[in-house]
Amino acid sequence: MLRFILTRASLLIPTFLGVTLLTFLLIRLVPGDPIEVRVGERGISPERLAQFRHELGLDQPLWKQFLDYIGGVLSGDLGTSLVTHNPVLQEFLTLFPATIELAFMAMLFASVVGLPAGIVAAVKRGSWFDHGVMGLSLTGYSMPIFWWGLLLILLFSVNLGWTPVSGRLDLLYYVEPVTGFMLIDTLLVGEYGAFWSALEHLILPTVVLGTIPLAVVARMTRSAMLEVLGEDYIRTARAKGLNSRRVVGLHALRNALIPVVTVIGLQVGTLLGGAILTETIFSWPGVGKWLIESINRRDYPALQGGVLLIASTVMAVNLLVDLLYGVLNPRIRHAR
Amino acid sequence: MTTDVQPVASRPPHPLAETWYHFRQNHGAVLGLVVITAITIVAILADVIAPHSPIAQYRDSILAPPVWHDAGSWRFILGTDDIGRDMLSRLIHGARLSMMIGVIVVTLSLAVGLGLGMVAGFFGGITDVLVMRFMDILLSLPSLLLAVVVAAILGPGLFNAMLAVSVVVVPHYARLTRAAVMAEMSKDYVIASRVAGAGPLRLMLVVVLPNCAAPLIVQATLGFSTAILDAAALGFLGLGAQPPTPEWGTMLASSLQFLQRAPWVVTWPGVAILVTVLAFNLLGDGLRDALDPKLKR
Amino acid sequence: MPLLDIQNLSVAFSTRAGTFRAVDGIDLQVDEGEVVGIVGESGSGKSVTSLAVMGLIPSAGTVIADRMSFAGTDLRTLSRSQRRRITGKDVAMVFQEPMTSLNPCFTVGFQIGESLKVHEGLSGRALRHRTIELLEQVGIPAPESRLSAFPHQLSGGMNQRVMIAIAIACNPRLLIADEPTTALDVTIQKQILDLLVGLQRDRGMALILITHDMGVVAETAHRVVVMYAGQVAETRSATELFERPRHPYTGALLDALPERALGRRRLPTIPGVVPGIADRPQGCLFNPRCPRAQDRCRAERPALLADDAGRARCFYPLNSQSEVTA
Ligand SMILES: Nc1ncnc2c1ncn2[C@@H]1O[C@H](COP(=O)(O)OP(=O)(O)O)[C@@H](O)[C@H]1O
Ligand SMILES: [Mg+2]
Repeated sequence: MLRFILTRASLLIPTFLGVTLLTFLLIRLVPGDPIEVRVGERGISPERLAQFRHELGLDQPLWKQFLDYIGGVLSGDLGTSLVTHNPVLQEFLTLFPATIELAFMAMLFASVVGLPAGIVAAVKRGSWFDHGVMGLSLTGYSMPIFWWGLLLILLFSVNLGWTPVSGRLDLLYYVEPVTGFMLIDTLLVGEYGAFWSALEHLILPTVVLGTIPLAVVARMTRSAMLEVLGEDYIRTARAKGLNSRRVVGLHALRNALIPVVTVIGLQVGTLLGGAILTETIFSWPGVGKWLIESINRRDYPALQGGVLLIASTVMAVNLLVDLLYGVLNPRIRHAR
Repeated sequence: MTTDVQPVASRPPHPLAETWYHFRQNHGAVLGLVVITAITIVAILADVIAPHSPIAQYRDSILAPPVWHDAGSWRFILGTDDIGRDMLSRLIHGARLSMMIGVIVVTLSLAVGLGLGMVAGFFGGITDVLVMRFMDILLSLPSLLLAVVVAAILGPGLFNAMLAVSVVVVPHYARLTRAAVMAEMSKDYVIASRVAGAGPLRLMLVVVLPNCAAPLIVQATLGFSTAILDAAALGFLGLGAQPPTPEWGTMLASSLQFLQRAPWVVTWPGVAILVTVLAFNLLGDGLRDALDPKLKR
Repeated sequence: MPLLDIQNLSVAFSTRAGTFRAVDGIDLQVDEGEVVGIVGESGSGKSVTSLAVMGLIPSAGTVIADRMSFAGTDLRTLSRSQRRRITGKDVAMVFQEPMTSLNPCFTVGFQIGESLKVHEGLSGRALRHRTIELLEQVGIPAPESRLSAFPHQLSGGMNQRVMIAIAIACNPRLLIADEPTTALDVTIQKQILDLLVGLQRDRGMALILITHDMGVVAETAHRVVVMYAGQVAETRSATELFERPRHPYTGALLDALPERALGRRRLPTIPGVVPGIADRPQGCLFNPRCPRAQDRCRAERPALLADDAGRARCFYPLNSQSEVTA
């Protein structure tokens, strides 16, 4: 098992280096003078330019600069924001919990609705329910979520007034961040009103961000279940005289979960991409909105660091999913 | 043996006819095809159909409601936006932009992906490793994030947005092509044509490519929906087509503030995106089922 | 009264090309403690028949029968939950493919114990004890350590033993073994057959042994049903069948046995294949492949004709009186 983990993890090293190289080149590719981009000033005098060039190590050969960059990355130095002058890593870590909270809720929503829908659709293959699930999930999969968010705001916030329009918490409340997760922090200080407010603020963003993963999970669960239900061992389970609940819910589901969990895990990338749109619509103070703002403010070090961190997160999650796949699949777990 | 009683063996139908037969069974796919045809016609005839210019501003009717509202009129069937432009005309011209985005992105990414995949699959070894590693790296970034980054580097604009989206989808085509090429390369007929002296390029284009066309056609169809969706998202974020271009996503970018006063400004561009993307996804799904021999009975 | 009594059983599948009768008017009786062999090439409907007995025909198929009773209970009228109480307990089945018939995600111990838990309410130590006992009975060495093994860690033969352990877990009165050795190595085949026959003898259960190997039937079965294209071609006691087959198809199957082909250079084979969904011939279903076919065979479909020792579906049977004198 340990060897399995180490093999999988080592496979990621070249990819990680590649992503680092990409982000390293990123700041060199943006239009404009690299020093002006880096320092955020225009019309610098030649002496100061040479000084900056030296300070930033730009007079070094490119490979040396890249090594320095990797060294910085590995020791947690991702540069400083041109706008706030805070370390990029620190800014990212302050905002990341908001994104994780939202992404987690969206994934939960997608799984809690998508798994049962896919299972029932597979069992009742060809029924109106099956057609309904397939039609809705294809619609969800085709959804421009930025528009979907606007539509839900129009209906539930503007017309019905049920849910707040934006932000994470009502202005009435202030909760000192401890974990950064609003649902946990409000409970830690025992502010139940704030907890409800945080929950209310999460509803629409969760639905919007969870729509595409929901569609993917439902479709994937259905097709995995259909495949498994045709397997010989399902016939064996029926031949034992087990009831459908046990045949479907235990024998079939346990096998179908292997690909489904993989797909759920791979949706994390989609989620972090979708967070850019969702957070922008709902003014959700997470890393997605921050990235777009960084682009608009030409804060390239922040963009560079943010991209690298998000890519690393996705890679880490994919590694976890890979390991989980091994845990779920006895054929891999007990491979000799 | 008694051959006279053998029932007449039915000749197997032509593969294309068979594909069409399977495809027709799938009502969703047929619907998708019909919708796409309709949108294409609208896109081509945009100048003729659209009642107004997409960028003409009618200052006297700002945020005019659609015709079925009490205050609506037949002059602006779907209403006008915040500077008095006719929504319907903008949507019609937007169809032209979206189809164009689809065609360009798919052509571009397919060409590059096909080339990379063939090179990787055909030459193997270190070339293969390098190309596919690079594809892995692109795939390890969330697709929208990658598109956003590329668009940020290139600067905002419709063409740059198309480039950005193309970059994002190249790995899919490259992987598919490489897998297909590797699978075909080991087959007897390829080995036979190699022995017969077919050059690598000829081998690729004439022998191998037609045999891996099916998955690529499906992927390209689905690629239209990705292209339209992602380009619209970039437009919405202000990184794609710039105003006054009537691109559907761009039209939504500034609409949040009119949500309450003029919901039609928000509704129609989104409906247009959804319907178009859904149609391509339906068509792609239908093609996959019709072309995939594994699912055929 | 036979333990299993089936009359005029038909199983039809609705497919795109129309309805297809995979089993077409079959009679089958099995007495308590009897071994009945069902033989026929693949595609002749043996598996579908046994699945119908188990109540496992998928929903695309319809099962019709004039009579279908087990130990006096009419299987046709039972509710699904009543039926489940018989399936897996009183009637059990062993399938052809041991490697795919066991669930890859659960241990061998769990899969054997599940039947005991569901049908007999065993749990805890009693369950474990009984499971180990079963593994012993099917000849699995070191049974205690095998409890936690997954199917992919065992060989095909071992997995088939596990399948047999599952089937006999609740002491069934009828065991259906559907080509239990076809997927196994030749060396293992005999062991598994011996195990099955031994278990049948020790427990006095009835056994339906499905195979396309006439040799296996010769060694084990009391009575033989020869199936062809969804119908019974011939049914007869085993000794009778091997001495005096009536149906030309049976004759051809017997001629294909290596031990009967002594002195011949090549084993005779039956040309052609079992007609499938699209190519059912007119008249006798076997006529395109039958060396004795006449005009009548191509026009009319013969009924299952009774004689003193069994029945055969043929107008011009082998070993008939006229032939003997001729
Ligand atoms: N679920 C099904 N749907 C349609 N046809 C089936 C199905 N199951 C079996 N058949 C058909 O029934 C016929 C008999 O199959 P089977 O009983 O498996 O033959 P055997 O076990 O004798 O080899 C075959 O032609 C097979 O194609
Ligand atoms: Mg069979």
